Amino acid sequence: MAGVAGAVLLPLAAVVWRAGGAGWLSAGDWAAVRFSLTQAALSALLSVALAVPAARALARRRFPGRGALVTLLGAPFILPVVVAVLGLLAVFGQGGLASRALGLFGLPPLSIYGLHGVVLAHVFFNLPLATRLILQGWLTIPAERFRLAATLGLPPGAVFRLLEAPMLRRAVPGALVAIFVICLSSFAVALTLGGGPRATTVELAIYQAFRFEFDLGRAALLSVVQLALAGAAAALAARLALPPAMGAGLDRVTPRWDAARPWLRAQDAAWLALVAAFLLLPLAMIVARGLPGLAEMPPQVWRAAGFSLAVALASTALTLALALPLASRAGEGLAIAAIAVSPLVLGTGLFLILRPVASPGAVALPVTAAVNALMALPFALRVIRPELEAVRADYGRLCLSLGLRGRWFWTRVALPRLRRPLGFATGLTAALSAGDLGVIALFADPERATLPLQMYRLMGAYRMEAAAGAALLLLAMSLALFWVFDRGGHGA
Amino acid sequence: MLELEDLRAGHGDFRLAAEWHLPAGRIAAVIGPSGGGKSTLLDAIAGFLAPEAGRVLWHGRDLGPLAPGERPVAMLFQDNNLFPHLTAAENVALALTPKRRLTAAQRAEVEAALARVGLEGFGARRPAELSGGQQGRVALARVLLQRKPLLLLDEPFSALGPAQRGEMLDLVAELARETGATVLMVSHAPEDARRIADAVVLVAEGRAQAPEPTERLFADPPPALRAYLG
Repeated sequence: MAGVAGAVLLPLAAVVWRAGGAGWLSAGDWAAVRFSLTQAALSALLSVALAVPAARALARRRFPGRGALVTLLGAPFILPVVVAVLGLLAVFGQGGLASRALGLFGLPPLSIYGLHGVVLAHVFFNLPLATRLILQGWLTIPAERFRLAATLGLPPGAVFRLLEAPMLRRAVPGALVAIFVICLSSFAVALTLGGGPRATTVELAIYQAFRFEFDLGRAALLSVVQLALAGAAAALAARLALPPAMGAGLDRVTPRWDAARPWLRAQDAAWLALVAAFLLLPLAMIVARGLPGLAEMPPQVWRAAGFSLAVALASTALTLALALPLASRAGEGLAIAAIAVSPLVLGTGLFLILRPVASPGAVALPVTAAVNALMALPFALRVIRPELEAVRADYGRLCLSLGLRGRWFWTRVALPRLRRPLGFATGLTAALSAGDLGVIALFADPERATLPLQMYRLMGAYRMEAAAGAALLLLAMSLALFWVFDRGGHGA
Repeated sequence: MLELEDLRAGHGDFRLAAEWHLPAGRIAAVIGPSGGGKSTLLDAIAGFLAPEAGRVLWHGRDLGPLAPGERPVAMLFQDNNLFPHLTAAENVALALTPKRRLTAAQRAEVEAALARVGLEGFGARRPAELSGGQQGRVALARVLLQRKPLLLLDEPFSALGPAQRGEMLDLVAELARETGATVLMVSHAPEDARRIADAVVLVAEGRAQAPEPTERLFADPPPALRAYLG
């Protein structure tokens, strides 16, 4: 626990110390603060507004493919951001499907860059999350209430007012804040779709101060600003007691008598089709454009893929080594606090600490693995901790009476019982780490790039075919990593 | 001999007091209303609950400083007495060693214990593949190999039907006679006590009464027992 605290607090101390003599925020910095807040607020509002009807449709309709759709809603969590951005470009970009469709009617093509592009990408990632959170809320309404409403012959409007609106008043604020916090620290989306004085988040400004101006003082100052913003938002989130995002049991459908009307059925079907298309089209485009692109990939892509695999495995091992002892003590608070610390802030601090002793390029990969492990830790703890507590509650006394303590408790009881959550948590960590484009962007030199960074470089050089190939490779790698670990947890 | 020397234990607002002894080799039923302190009594003896005052002694030795696994006590709980990821044989083997690999002698002991409880050839099955009664037998086979002189049963058979529960209690009585073990068993049903118990400990209103011979107690129940039996 002290180790994790040190790994987080030391870089922060370095950042604060360095920021001390760096003057005050410029007009451009304030613009970055405003943009961060605006895009996060818009992203949260839009995601939740679109998620409510989607969650309602999923809660009250049983149809073939419902399970697959719910699974699809979990997929963006392990989808690398740069890959999704490329998919969105293929649909909504200047040369994308939507622009070509508009062209048929003589309309000008879309531009995806700027505020609306950033928000679009955030909605792509967070609409599924919001839908799952709110669907969970719907499923907390006891089925008996709907049965009672049916025997009373209540129309849909009354059912909404009496049963669904009170639930939404509880579930919606939590979902809004969760997405706001996530988007506030957005880096990769802003890097690829934002930029310029009008669309720069604080995270992106840190990177720019670092890479383009090499102004470490300003990077540190911006890091302190980001820390304050995210800290305030995380404190707000903690007060609202966020619902568990990874909860199981979304396969239940509450029988509903008020929703049997044909126009409600059509409305739900249309909404779900729209959401599914919004999620599936970009993914399909990645595959469609990536397959021919595989042949165009320069050899660096394969090298980068190897680095990414190594980083993913190392950070998975590290997360596991940290999560098990932390899950058994009161370590979760600390790990949740780590959410407020963004990868770029942590990276800036580590850079300041390591620069006197090592060249940034040489430590790029280990630092990336370590930061990714810290970033995945809260998710891993959230999955593992309740299960470990259940094992202790169910078998703690039996273990004590049999003298199963220490390593025997772990090897004979806890680890075998925790196989499933461990498989899921390590799968998440590996996929997140393989797809992460964050701290690596600060440290990397031309020699050492991970696959997401290599892909971003190809995009920057307008080698879109090769980038599409790399995107497909990265997508396959992330999904395969998740699948292998998660399968491993299901046993023989 | 099990001795409770001015024992006081509890959690929250609840306190249980006990001051009595039980000769070795006896089977005592612990009966009384819910929330009366039956489980508290067993937890204090097993070492899951540190007493606030008094001592628990076994043959004159104070058990206070010993961890649950070090006490001369084996215990079966209401549920979760077997690890679902381990086979019946592996569950039983935990009585001998926490190690995964067993010596030939240990394997033979495990097989003999399973055979003794009527589960010959069931060693490779997991708890999910066994009936409730069979699961209880596996747990008893483990108790047998633990070779502890004091056995505490916190209603491990309460989920079984009356006939199976009777069979399990008879098996407990048989094993206790063979090994000379002393048994304290919590029960809700007076017929369980009549079936195998030499003595009855009545636990009510924060007091565990001294054990009374079963026949005598039921022939002329004191007011607290009469209130419980209704």
